[in-house]
Amino acid sequence: MASAEAAGGSGPPAAPKSRKSVTGTRRTVAALFLLPALVLLGALVVYPIGYSVIRSFYDQSGDGFAGFDNYEALFTDDGIRTALKNNVIWVVFAPTVATALGLIFAVLTERVRWGTAFKLVVFMPMAISMLAAGIIFRLVYDQDPDKGVANAVWVGVHDTFAQASAFPKAHPGRESPLEAVSGGGFITKATVSAGTPVTLPLVGVAPDQMPGSAKTAVEAKADPDEVTGTTWQDFTRGKGVGTLGGVDASELGYAGMTIEAVKDGKVVARAEAADDGTFTLPAAADGARLRLPPDNFKEPYNGVDWLGPSLVTPAIIGSYIWMWAGFAMVLIAAGLAGIPRDLLEAARVDGANEWQVFRRVTVPLLAPVLAVVTVTLMINVLKVFDLVFIIAPGSSQDDANVLALELYRKGFSEDQPGIASAIAVFLLLLVIPVMWFNIRRLRREVRR
Amino acid sequence: MRSTSRNRTSRAARAAAAAAAGALALSLTACGGDDNDSGNEQGGNDQETAGTVTLPKLNGESLEVAAVWTGAEQENFKKVLAEFEKRTGAKVTFVPAQDPIINFLGSKVAGGQPPDIAMLPQPGAIKQAVDKKWAKPLGAEAINELQENYSQGWQDIGKVDDKQYGVYYKAANKSLIWYNAKVFENAGATEPKTWDELLTTAQTVYDSGVTPFSVGGAEGWTLTDWFENIYLSQAGPEKYDQLAKHEIKWTDPSVKDALTTLAQVWGKKDYVAGGANGALQTDFPASVTQTFTGGDQPKAAMVYEGDFAQVNITQAKAEVGTDAKVFPFPAVGDTAPVVSGGDAAVILQDSKAAQALATFLASPDAATIQAKLGGYLSPNKNVDNSAYPNAVQQKIAKSLIDSGDDFRFDMSDQAPQAFGGTPGKGEWKALQDFLKNPSDIAGTQQKLEADAAAAYGN
Repeated sequence: MASAEAAGGSGPPAAPKSRKSVTGTRRTVAALFLLPALVLLGALVVYPIGYSVIRSFYDQSGDGFAGFDNYEALFTDDGIRTALKNNVIWVVFAPTVATALGLIFAVLTERVRWGTAFKLVVFMPMAISMLAAGIIFRLVYDQDPDKGVANAVWVGVHDTFAQASAFPKAHPGRESPLEAVSGGGFITKATVSAGTPVTLPLVGVAPDQMPGSAKTAVEAKADPDEVTGTTWQDFTRGKGVGTLGGVDASELGYAGMTIEAVKDGKVVARAEAADDGTFTLPAAADGARLRLPPDNFKEPYNGVDWLGPSLVTPAIIGSYIWMWAGFAMVLIAAGLAGIPRDLLEAARVDGANEWQVFRRVTVPLLAPVLAVVTVTLMINVLKVFDLVFIIAPGSSQDDANVLALELYRKGFSEDQPGIASAIAVFLLLLVIPVMWFNIRRLRREVRR
Repeated sequence: MRSTSRNRTSRAARAAAAAAAGALALSLTACGGDDNDSGNEQGGNDQETAGTVTLPKLNGESLEVAAVWTGAEQENFKKVLAEFEKRTGAKVTFVPAQDPIINFLGSKVAGGQPPDIAMLPQPGAIKQAVDKKWAKPLGAEAINELQENYSQGWQDIGKVDDKQYGVYYKAANKSLIWYNAKVFENAGATEPKTWDELLTTAQTVYDSGVTPFSVGGAEGWTLTDWFENIYLSQAGPEKYDQLAKHEIKWTDPSVKDALTTLAQVWGKKDYVAGGANGALQTDFPASVTQTFTGGDQPKAAMVYEGDFAQVNITQAKAEVGTDAKVFPFPAVGDTAPVVSGGDAAVILQDSKAAQALATFLASPDAATIQAKLGGYLSPNKNVDNSAYPNAVQQKIAKSLIDSGDDFRFDMSDQAPQAFGGTPGKGEWKALQDFLKNPSDIAGTQQKLEADAAAAYGN
């Protein structure tokens, strides 16, 4: 610092002694002033790094020298490898998507009247701590559509196009005349004949889940020219099955259940149960087996398994982008403000359309800012911990694992400080090139 | 450990028993009636107190007790300490600690100021404290009191190398199944006593239109507790102990049987609320609340967990004893299992006062005070069952005491933490995978064995 000033300023022509600098401070005084910073830096940064490096060469208890064993574990342990893989996914996707979104927001808000208000809203998540954001998104991604907004939207959209059935959990009870079909649904074990009323009892639908139109089930009347029968919930609340396979007083009919008569694998007749559960099939159904097709039992759509093993990492990256797109936007908007307007004007006068202006003028001019934002986010992403730790449920924490989380788990819950230190050193090695790039860039900026 | 500690945080919400002070006074006068040899009238205090335990005068002494308890649990324990202060004249300070307490104690010891007594949650932690030479053995009086009030089994798990270190002051009964009374009534189902009856009950409930079980699979410890109950009852205590020490392998046929039995519940379609994927994202509090909310149509009818589930039931605005009832985990083999947990008082700084407090905590007097305040279970067999505030608590306490020495301590709490106590690792993860794919018994066993071998180092 002192030398820079010496070079810049044309000090007194006859500097008496080399021991004094231009400003007249002695080296010892300078050292004295630097001392507190050096001590703090040494104690809080250099010493921990040094100790971590040393510790990473010792075994679990810290007594025996382990050589490169911990580093070997680093690359053979399944958990750490998943963490490494996920870290790569994070570093590739999170910064680029966040920067891209930030760029889009910044360029667009420049043209909107309420741009500042919009920017404020997008930037707001930055004011929330990672921990709070994690808790928020744990709820957003909740599997239960009644709790998780992501699934609520998803299920809402899905259900507009595909309706769930009324009897998802219905199934044959004890000693039932029905048996399950491999593709779903149920079929009678025996064939049916006209003139003998058929009973198709099922259980597993609670009274309050019955369709509103369902009425008390009645036994079908025999008709020699038709196949008649009843399908109903063979379970009375508080009493159990009652008469097994027989209609009891307060049991409800399966209103709207579809019944198919199947002969040699072909559907010969089809009917829908009335509100009291009775149905009538034409004489053609005589000698057929009756099938309750799987459509009757379709499970309600339960949404996407956001926090399941396959989607958990993208889901968490989504929450990260929610937080950091605003940061990227603000930096890029600042860069954008510094672009000379006349260049854009000139391009427009030359006949470039808006997309060409954006693609050929704005983005190249912004490139240094974009690079800084991406690299800063990369460093930030390499150490991501809190979001993963909080959002991923225990069952998929392994699949969402990242290096920083693995470091914590190895160090504090598995009592493996040696391996944890090795992970820390490895993370440091990963960050150094990115940091070096950023610092070099910064220096160049300053020189310019 | 996980199970109880998780609850500690939420226990703050549990309202302190309304008549806390009244109950305390009651217990004192009740004790005062029967015997007198230890007349402990303290200077300045006109209330006469007497108990079954003789304590020395300790005026001017001061003690520190560390435990991870918070909220009402801490309040209630402080009342017990207050009684000790009154009887002896010593001053006792409660030091709130964090989980895992053994790490907390490590920093205290390193700082040269360990508390006099700490409440340690697992046998493993006591052993660790002894190995590190932090723990001090109990004196003759405390051992005497312990032998008088505790069954051999509860004494033994407080021992390390045949020396008594721990007084199990608080116990947890982890062999309970809580059920929604309304659903059982609607379905006409009854409390089962055996595993087969449990399956019948589950089927009846399922036929009535309610999913039988709620499983909090997002946290692995609920799953290990399921397994432990079945294994203890089916394979017997000897095998249980061997497996806990990893003397037999997880590929043992007995493990296969237990997993097969477990799959009868976990593997049956629609038996677990939300299916396997839903259960794997349900944490423990949610697994309890979803069983006791929703009127006639809760998400599930039964939820398995220990006595501490009461806290979550209360939070779900259900009444324990009327809305929420409980039955002991049914017998899979010859006898019903009793898997337990607990916190043991261990002396870290030996003194007359610390020994006296350990003696007091081993006495029925101390346990009775906290039993009356609710939310607490004592392994002390001389605590009168009527001291517990409600029928459910009495039932839980009775099944714990009746098990005598046949109870077993939570197996995953005895295992190294890498195997039995880390989210997404070891036993937790293996059983979560098993919940997802209950047909893969051999694969689960192999994974368990591989992880166990790595964690136990044998």
